[in-house]
Amino acid sequence: MIELFKQPNLDWMGKAKYFYALSGILLLAGWISIFFGRGIKYGIDFSGGTNVDVRFAQPPSIDKIRAGLTAQGIGTSEIQPIRDISAKSSNEVLIFVEGKGQDEDLMQSSRDKVLNALSATYGVATSDKPDFNSNSTTPSSLAAVLTIRDPLFLSVNAGDRYQQLARKILDYRDSEANGILTNFDDLSKVPGVTPAVLNVIKSSFSLGPFTIRDIAIVGPKVGAELRKQAVYVTLYALGGMLVYIALRFEWVYGAAAVLAVFHDVLITLGFFSLLRFEISLTVIAALLTLVGYSMNDTIVIFDRIRENNRLLRRELFASVVNKSINQTLSRTILTSGLTFLTVLVLFLMGGQVLRAFSFALVVGIVVGTYSSFGIAAPIVVAWNRWRGHGVMAGTGTAAGNKNRGSENVTGRLAPAGRR
Amino acid sequence: MNPNLKWKGLFIAAVIVFCFYFLFGYPTFPTSFAQVKDNFNKQIKLGLDLQGGSHMILQVQVQEAVAQETDTTVDRLTTALRGKNVHYDEVRRVDDTHILVRNIDPSQYSVLSDIVGTQYNNVWDTAPAAGEANSYTLTLRPGAVAAIEEQTVTQAKDTIEQRINALGLTEPTVQPRGGRNADEILVQLPGVADTAEARRVIQAGGQLEFRLVNDPQTYPSVAAYMAQHTVLPAGDELVPACADNRDRASGSNTGDLFYMLNRAPIVTGRDLRSATETRNTTNPGTWQVNFTLSPEAARRFGPFTQQNIGRNMAVVLDHCVKSDPVINARIDDSGMIEGNFSQQSAHELAVVLRAGALPASIKYLEERTVGPSLGADSIRHGVQASILSLLVVMFFMLIYYRLSGGNAVLALILNLVILLAFLAMSGAVLTLPGIAGVILTIGMGVDSNVLVFERIREEIRNGKSSAAAVEAGFDNAFRTIIDTHVTTVVSAAFLGFFGTGPIRGFAITLVVGLVANIFTAVYVSKTIFQYHLTKMDRQAELSI
Repeated sequence: MIELFKQPNLDWMGKAKYFYALSGILLLAGWISIFFGRGIKYGIDFSGGTNVDVRFAQPPSIDKIRAGLTAQGIGTSEIQPIRDISAKSSNEVLIFVEGKGQDEDLMQSSRDKVLNALSATYGVATSDKPDFNSNSTTPSSLAAVLTIRDPLFLSVNAGDRYQQLARKILDYRDSEANGILTNFDDLSKVPGVTPAVLNVIKSSFSLGPFTIRDIAIVGPKVGAELRKQAVYVTLYALGGMLVYIALRFEWVYGAAAVLAVFHDVLITLGFFSLLRFEISLTVIAALLTLVGYSMNDTIVIFDRIRENNRLLRRELFASVVNKSINQTLSRTILTSGLTFLTVLVLFLMGGQVLRAFSFALVVGIVVGTYSSFGIAAPIVVAWNRWRGHGVMAGTGTAAGNKNRGSENVTGRLAPAGRR
Repeated sequence: MNPNLKWKGLFIAAVIVFCFYFLFGYPTFPTSFAQVKDNFNKQIKLGLDLQGGSHMILQVQVQEAVAQETDTTVDRLTTALRGKNVHYDEVRRVDDTHILVRNIDPSQYSVLSDIVGTQYNNVWDTAPAAGEANSYTLTLRPGAVAAIEEQTVTQAKDTIEQRINALGLTEPTVQPRGGRNADEILVQLPGVADTAEARRVIQAGGQLEFRLVNDPQTYPSVAAYMAQHTVLPAGDELVPACADNRDRASGSNTGDLFYMLNRAPIVTGRDLRSATETRNTTNPGTWQVNFTLSPEAARRFGPFTQQNIGRNMAVVLDHCVKSDPVINARIDDSGMIEGNFSQQSAHELAVVLRAGALPASIKYLEERTVGPSLGADSIRHGVQASILSLLVVMFFMLIYYRLSGGNAVLALILNLVILLAFLAMSGAVLTLPGIAGVILTIGMGVDSNVLVFERIREEIRNGKSSAAAVEAGFDNAFRTIIDTHVTTVVSAAFLGFFGTGPIRGFAITLVVGLVANIFTAVYVSKTIFQYHLTKMDRQAELSI
């Protein structure tokens, strides 16, 4: 069989101070960045405002867009190119109009202003033909045009058949052409599009130079609600886990696990601040996932400690912990490695919508794995040492026994069922 | 074979068949591959973020309806007090829920308390006003306020629903949002990435009134009227012209224009039976809205038009005069609204009139629109990423754990099948964060398998026989798997209960995936091991 480690025998607890130092540095770096440096960049979900995501046929000029926005009186908006990791140049731009202190109605009008600015600068074809790349060209509106002009001379079920054809044509526009068709002739690749159909489309539609990919308008009320919700959900989830672990193990294990997880979240937030990733609602979901993962890792180790505590009564608590970490090491490396690969794939291939989400997990899985043996386990060991118990595990009470100090009770960590 | 094992195998097979049926064989049993594909697409519903569409949260301004109730009460109370010859200084609205009746004749107070007691029992409370003799404050009861608010939200929701449905979109959703006493409405329009039309239709007030024009002249401002007439006749009102109707007097748009109208409407939007847009025959190229009235309104409208032939009647829409046609003949139950309508705007007005007026105005709290190309992008990326990560994981498991790795691969695939079948059965939508949840489920699935396999290896190293090692490995790993899964389910459950939108979609797939995982990685995997053990030599080495 293939094995990563034959019989690992590392003294993890002896290196606890290095782990503390490493965590301290990471936390401090993040903390400095959050409070004295770049701060945390909140996405539209929490900050409120208007976001318009536009894809152009040709690489757009940011200055031109800026000039157009200035003409509409919203020149201070943020214009940010969106780049796919594989693509060299970006045809996609995110325009963000801040909504701080704005009324909901005002934010509605900022959407209109952005759209006006875009059509003014990137002149939507002056012809009165509808824009084929516009989102208002839907399968039903295209089907209506085809049915009236009837290029295929369909006599039976013309409406339904043109509807199907229209859906295929627009699927091509949205998937193959990435939402923006630059040449009508490309449509001939769609099965069922004959030259006659193509001519009808050519004569009834114009090709606009951009398409709106996504619009989000979040008012201050919803923004505040979502912020509150995110914080509460996180705290509830942490509280729930604390209670469960405290019930299954002992409270000190629960506290150590929650502290370690908290540490992971803080470090991940620090990375978000340092690398200027936005915190959105989906990122909160990712943070909660990493909480789950890190917990998962910690529990696997704690579970082993609980088991070994019963088997190895004569050993030092710290060495029981070392042994437990060593025994679970190949599992830890395998699982974390594979999960890391999974989220790395997501990060690289998931597209811009999932980028920040998967970034949180890429960082979180590394930090979460490390914190299980680097933070959570040392805290439990340190607590026992501080209590003065468990120095020699077999000779005294140890590991947070509930009757600690009273008499010579040896059941340090009885299995849950027996308590 | 062990009969126990046989039953386990049958159970697993039943689960698989059941899941496949819901994924591919429902609602119509397929006879071709195209139908299988069709079933699958129908069963797995995609969220707005994947298929494109828009999502809006509207807030009904309920306080407007409350204020309106107070205004109406002031009017009614004034009429009632006058009718009974009660002497008082004034009846006025203090704020949205308070009315002040000032300086009422002390001997006639009983009349006021009588009116309030009989007509507004349980709605208004009367109490002496602080600091003023013989004055009383009427307070709208909190219960009555809540009832008005609730009714307003329900009515607004119904109205918006009717208007949206009249647009002929596919599967729109209009539902109240935010639990009890909330004033929010959620509108979801799958496939609609250009919300301009929907917004116009939702936002239109739709308050239609027909009122008699009392003065053939129009005035550029209220001040201009006052300069000529010095006093406003009681029962009359100056109403501005709508923006597209300002060129009426001079033929060119000269700014504001006011009409002198009767306060009381003859017919309102509530009296309409139907409304449809048609081409305007007198003014080619423009459109108009034809309507019919309810029989009850027609009985009022007929005599009224008969009496007023030759005079103008104003069509007032949302507090401005749209047009003021001359009454040429008696009209009973039908008529039309002319104006500067295009086909589109005439259609929208007809839709709005059919659905009735909104009881209060609305505000957009949130709006998200995902274009079809972004949705297609997200699906492609999400599915590609899922498949690639699944392949990487499977490949690795097969290399590292050899034959047992096949077990893990089977467990992972079955896990995904169960997860998708659950989505199909429950009608839950698959969102982008949901796909992320699927990927995380893959991760957790791998973890469970690794935990079990590592444990079995350990037991073998400790000298146990294959069968005993498998038994002990599963037993020991099971405790850990339960602990890790319950903790994650606990946190995901909080996400599901308290989160909204994307967070909830993520939580649902994660919880279902985790439960499925315990089934596949423990129950199914163990059954396969046991079956394998019965087939192989007792002394042979396990391929792990």
